[in-house]
Parts: sequence; structure tokens; C-alpha cells
Amino acid sequence: MKISKKTTNRLPAVSTASLPDIVFMLLFFFMTVTTIKDNTLLVDNNLPSADKVKELTKKDRIIEIFVGKPSPELATILGAEPKIQLDDRLAHVKDVGPYVLSELAKKPDAIRNLVTVSLKVDKNVNVGIVSDIKQELRKVNVLKVNYTTYEGSPERISQ
Amino acid sequence: MPRRKGAPEVNAGSMADIAFLLLIFFLVTTTIETDAGLDRMLPPMEPPEEDVVIKQKNIFTVNINKNGQLLVEDELMQLKGLRNAAIAFLENGADGSCNYCKGRRDPGSSDNPTKAIISLKNDRETKYSTYITVQNELVGAYNDLRDRESQRIFGRDFTDMEKEYLNPETASSIRDDLKDKVKRIQDMFPQKLSEAETTSN
Repeated sequence: MKISKKTTNRLPAVSTASLPDIVFMLLFFFMTVTTIKDNTLLVDNNLPSADKVKELTKKDRIIEIFVGKPSPELATILGAEPKIQLDDRLAHVKDVGPYVLSELAKKPDAIRNLVTVSLKVDKNVNVGIVSDIKQELRKVNVLKVNYTTYEGSPERISQ
Repeated sequence: MPRRKGAPEVNAGSMADIAFLLLIFFLVTTTIETDAGLDRMLPPMEPPEEDVVIKQKNIFTVNINKNGQLLVEDELMQLKGLRNAAIAFLENGADGSCNYCKGRRDPGSSDNPTKAIISLKNDRETKYSTYITVQNELVGAYNDLRDRESQRIFGRDFTDMEKEYLNPETASSIRDDLKDKVKRIQDMFPQKLSEAETTSN
């Protein structure tokens, strides 16, 4: 019989010829949507969440300042007080102004007044250190700041 | 020996392995960074030449203490009431010059949206997440009002228009058109959020 004959046949092997194409497609997808982190974090950086955010689209117009408690492996040396990280080193509040100015000097003239300072502050930090930084930024007349957050519903205030 | 077949075919069987290797490398080394946040302008260090007199009724004070409690216009308030209180203040329109405001025209509150200022004060020991949540609510109050007016005039949300306007991939002809619309709505409810220096007591 015809049908029984077919069932006795072994299944044909699935062609894997298009597998590289699929994988390459995935590869290109990940290559385009991701950005390589350019500095290692020395501080905890668990950003707060907010939902009325604006996106920072242009990477070249951003100066980043990280604030947070030193990461667990550094906490034994540096203690648990929040620190400021500029580039890839820890710094003092008074270094913020000179650092921002030097970063600003590296930018082309045309975009210099569009530069935004992105404050990436851990959510467990007290506002005191943030306002010190803002004060430093005002002194050097860099006034555009962005409180960088994760997108999501804001957390409840514990009262 | 004559070559009739041409070059022999390269075996592509290991291509998938190589591609997988690359894929895994990129998966491991990269993080999808979504940089987004709340934009703010800091006040300049030098005070303006002449002293600007601001009436007390045009200032909406929000105080956050170190325990995360809110004191709004000298009254203790829960976070969820903040947005409505801010909206009521912003569109109060006591002097009647604001024809799109739907507020109560309470003479003890703000004159019109262009004069209304929200002043945010906080303690040095306030938690940053609390601070951001409060800022988010205040920006939300502005967005709600702007969305409402934008819906009335242009039939679409302000936040939606602004997002398209700020997106670099939007065609320049559309952006020029949006620019005027965005500007018009922004002028109706200018964002005046003052961040005073923190207190330490």
C-alpha cells in the first residue's frame, strides 16, 4: 500500500542551510540596537524610575556624572558614603566644575551650547550631594541638566 | 589537467558556528542603554539685574522633608493629591487674562499660567527617589494641562507631538510644522519649576 510505504521511509533531514542567515540577522539586530558601555562603574547605579521622561537621543551632546555608594568590592576601602564618578575615576564635588568644562572644551563649537549634563544618581542617595553638584554646575554656567531615570512607573514614597 | 569544474565549493557548514560565536560575544558585552530622564534648567548663578517682585500667591511651594513627607502650600499632602493640586494652581487664572483656563479663579491663587511658579524645596537628607517621584508628578501636571489644550486645538497629545518633534528621524518638513505647534502649547503653560537650594535643618 502506498501509505504504509511512506511511513516506513525515514524523515528527510531538515535543511540547516538558512541557519547562518537567521543567526546573522540576529547578530546584526543586536549590533545595531546596543551600545557598548564605555566606562566601568565604580559606584552603585540603580536609577530611580519616572514616566514623564524625555529621551536623550544624541550621545555626543551628553556629559555623564555618576553618583552612588561605592560598589560592594570597593566599599571596604572607600566606605559607604556616596561618591561622585567622573569618567572612570572617583572625584570630589569641587572637581565637577573643571571636569565639565574640560569635557565641554572637547565638543565641537556648534553643539557646545546644546550639551546636557546627565546626572545618573542612585536612588538611595540623599539629595544633598546632588544639590552640591547642581551648585557646582551653576558656578560654571552649565545649566542644562537631565535627571536620568529608568522608564517605568515611579516608586511609592514611603511615608 | 584541465580545470573544467572551476574552484571547488567552500564548505559553509561552520558558518553558523562562527555567527553564533559572534552573536554570543555581542550579547554578553553589550547592554541596551535607554537614556531617558527629566530635563531641567538650572537657574543662573548671577541674579538678574533688577529685582523681580513675585507675588506670594503666584508661588506654589512644595516642601519635601527627610522622611519623604510633602508640605504643599503649608499643608501636609499625600503624593497622589499633588498633581491635582498643582493643576488647580496652574490654571487658576485669577486675573481673567487666561481664556483657556478652567480653574476656579480664586483670587488667593495664581494670576495666570505664565506667572505661576512652582517652587520645590527639599531637605539635604531627602531620598533621591522621592525627589524624582515628586518632580515626575509636577512634570505630569504640566503635561496634563498641555495635553488637554493640545487636544482641543490640534486634536493630538502634546507629549506625542513633542516626542515626534524631538525625534531626529522625523522629516524636516513635519518638524517645522510641529515646531510652531509645540511652541504655542509651551507658551500657554510655560514650565516654571524653581529649585531652591536645599535646607539642612
